[in-house]
Amino acid sequence: MIPSLVSKYLGEREGQRPSHLSDRTQSDSKPLLEIDALSLAIHDKPILKNLTLTIAPGEIVALTGESGSGKSMTALAAMGLLPQGAEITGALRLDGTDLCALSERRLCALRGREIGMIFQEPMTALNPVQRIGAQVAETILVHKAMPRGVANARAAEMLARVGLPPERVPPTRYPHELSGGQRQRVVIAMAIALRPKLLIADEPTTALDVTTQAQILDLLRDLVREEGMGLMMITHDLAVVSEMADRIAVMKSGEIVEQGETRRLFAEMRHPYTRQLFEASRHRADLPEPRPDGPLLRVAEVTRHYPGPRDGLFRPGQPHIAVNGVSLEVARGERVGLVGESGCGKSTLARAILGLEPVQAGEITLGGAPVYRHGKPDRAVRRRVQVVFQDPYGSFNPRHRVGRLIAEPFHLLDDPPRGPARDAAIAQALSDVGLKPEHAGQHIHAFSGGQRQRIAIARALIIRPELVIFDEAVSALDVRVRAQILDLIADLSRQYGLTYLFISHDLSVVRGITDRVLVMRGGEIVEAGETETVFDNPAHWYTKSLLAAAPSLPRPPGGGPEDDPEPDA
Amino acid sequence: MSRNLILGTLLTALFLGAALLSFLWTPYPTDTVAITERLQPPSAAHWLGTDHFGRDMLSLIMVGARTSIAVALVAVGIGLGLGVPLGLAAAARSGGWLDEAIMRMNDLIFAFPSLVIAILITAILGPGALNAIIAIGIFNIPVFARLSRGAALSLWRREFILAARTAGKSAPRISAEHILPNIANLLIVQGTIQFSLGILAEAGLSYVGLGAQPPIPSWGRMLADAQTMVALAPHVAILPGLAIVLTVLGLNLLGDGLRDRLDPRLGVVRT
Repeated sequence: MIPSLVSKYLGEREGQRPSHLSDRTQSDSKPLLEIDALSLAIHDKPILKNLTLTIAPGEIVALTGESGSGKSMTALAAMGLLPQGAEITGALRLDGTDLCALSERRLCALRGREIGMIFQEPMTALNPVQRIGAQVAETILVHKAMPRGVANARAAEMLARVGLPPERVPPTRYPHELSGGQRQRVVIAMAIALRPKLLIADEPTTALDVTTQAQILDLLRDLVREEGMGLMMITHDLAVVSEMADRIAVMKSGEIVEQGETRRLFAEMRHPYTRQLFEASRHRADLPEPRPDGPLLRVAEVTRHYPGPRDGLFRPGQPHIAVNGVSLEVARGERVGLVGESGCGKSTLARAILGLEPVQAGEITLGGAPVYRHGKPDRAVRRRVQVVFQDPYGSFNPRHRVGRLIAEPFHLLDDPPRGPARDAAIAQALSDVGLKPEHAGQHIHAFSGGQRQRIAIARALIIRPELVIFDEAVSALDVRVRAQILDLIADLSRQYGLTYLFISHDLSVVRGITDRVLVMRGGEIVEAGETETVFDNPAHWYTKSLLAAAPSLPRPPGGGPEDDPEPDA
Repeated sequence: MSRNLILGTLLTALFLGAALLSFLWTPYPTDTVAITERLQPPSAAHWLGTDHFGRDMLSLIMVGARTSIAVALVAVGIGLGLGVPLGLAAAARSGGWLDEAIMRMNDLIFAFPSLVIAILITAILGPGALNAIIAIGIFNIPVFARLSRGAALSLWRREFILAARTAGKSAPRISAEHILPNIANLLIVQGTIQFSLGILAEAGLSYVGLGAQPPIPSWGRMLADAQTMVALAPHVAILPGLAIVLTVLGLNLLGDGLRDRLDPRLGVVRT
């Protein structure tokens, strides 16, 4: 228990329920949260099936699985925040009280006080027009746990506890003045303000960079150990799970298919689905040997800055430099990775290469021809480069059919195929990415995320560009689908000898799909080299810190040295 | 389908149908005067009674619907036809001089009280249905320009627009091909709302004698003509008023209902 400025009120609160304090210190034998044969249906559609799970005080239990497996629904059920039309059977006991039987008013009193929740996206979880201190204090005031003055002091104390000491980050700051990691710390401070017994974290680090992720995970681990809270952690990332959790429950279509103590679960992997997830998480695509053949893309001393906020009415502000004098070359037939954390300028650079962002200095040439001619992108050069974006849901016009969507780049050709030739090209592009020609007539909403990403690749390849840019192209996909898409990229490389620039924040993905890698930080390239060399022997401190922060999977059962995913292997 | 949407559709269809029917047939001619039958209350011969010239009220309301609907419809058409392209152009050049010019023009028009300026325009150009259309239409332009600019701006940041740009498509082409179909829902909803406002504005202009001129019947002028006779024959004033209220109510319900059904920001688009 941390020393408290307001122990009087804390004591009072605990005095009302003298039982739980002793519970916390006493033993792990009595579970804090007990989910007993829980089933859930929404409008008669089964969502969760016969879940049984316990969390003891001071224990971290991870729920993992792919999207739609029911992880978040389980968390919402534990918070009593189920949508309209939900029907629940079985029991959900917190400290012996059945949550399913409680009225909404009792549940409100419980949320925030007994159960704290941490969300994925810290920007939307905070009120943008309220100071962070006030937001933390509000959680306390809602429960009338203590008077305002004391609540404010507790809020400041909690912010300091999560690593935001008042001398560095005063509680009078607004959320937009903080970085993503600091915002997530505020969200955590709100969740633990009343020292709840159970903390639920739904993908708490998915929106964060890898170095920030490592810090937040450390913080959560410390909080759980020191405060004796139970933590239900929901994440799709097996590597995070393996480093954080005491116990793991693997979920698939609303069921827990396997659960157990972390080390044993990874060693045994009884259920085939667990094994599939594990294999997919450490999947390396089988890339053909690179055959570099003369330079293709040349970026020379490129600088791109944006006007900053004005300092005064007539004084322009300091410009924000997104890309600062970057030079790089990509040879024909080469597969190059570009890694870096969010805001490092990698997407800006990609857009400049695509001719979507004019640059202030430097030159970008493709096969010797400049991308920009007289400040405007050159059509003839543009048709030689295409892109696959991250979001499989946002990168298609929802009102067009697939055939029309993937034929869009034909616009760049002077003499695009028409009639049967066009249909044949669409059919070929679809079969290249493993879809069927008949899919051309369907609307995009009929497809899953992975299928959409295949369609995006078909769209990029339909005019046979010389360079393809994958801008976080697999980041939004579930691990098994991601592995399939990486295999597809490798297959297409074999078939068509692709040259690509693969942009990602995910080091393990880049490692498996590129020959050479560039590390970008603050608008500059800090390290470049053969992928294996950079990963095995990073030279720059930043690359080292990225690799050290990235969570890693345990060794597979009976895996040889070449299977070792450890970055320092 | 919501109850509001059904009621709105029915009311709108009723008046639209009456207006269309009046081209082919009305119970009585509206341009012949029968002084002997003036100010009759509703009866079997004249379902809604007669006015101070002895003309059949039902026939007058049917032909009046034609005037109101025609004026409002063309005025909305002007707003859509000029406002939407301007808004899309402003969004495509967001932050540039064209955007500034279009939006400041918009602000200028918005700054004037619309009905007063409409009265001014018709007073200068001379009263008549055509000038009423122009006066009402001008004020619809900024409404649609602002709406389509706002909706288009958020779409311009989406990845499918980026994809279209990497396919080398020009801004006007992207606006027409990708933006317009995605903001059509909003425009339809706003269109119904502007339509009802147009009917009110037309009635207002006609009431002060600046709308459609005699002998073309119009609801606003029927109200104006009737105001001295309210004590003698209240139905002469009540009926055109009721026609205006019901049409505007119907269009508003239709607009709200369509918004609930079509506006993606309020939920999933049900197709």
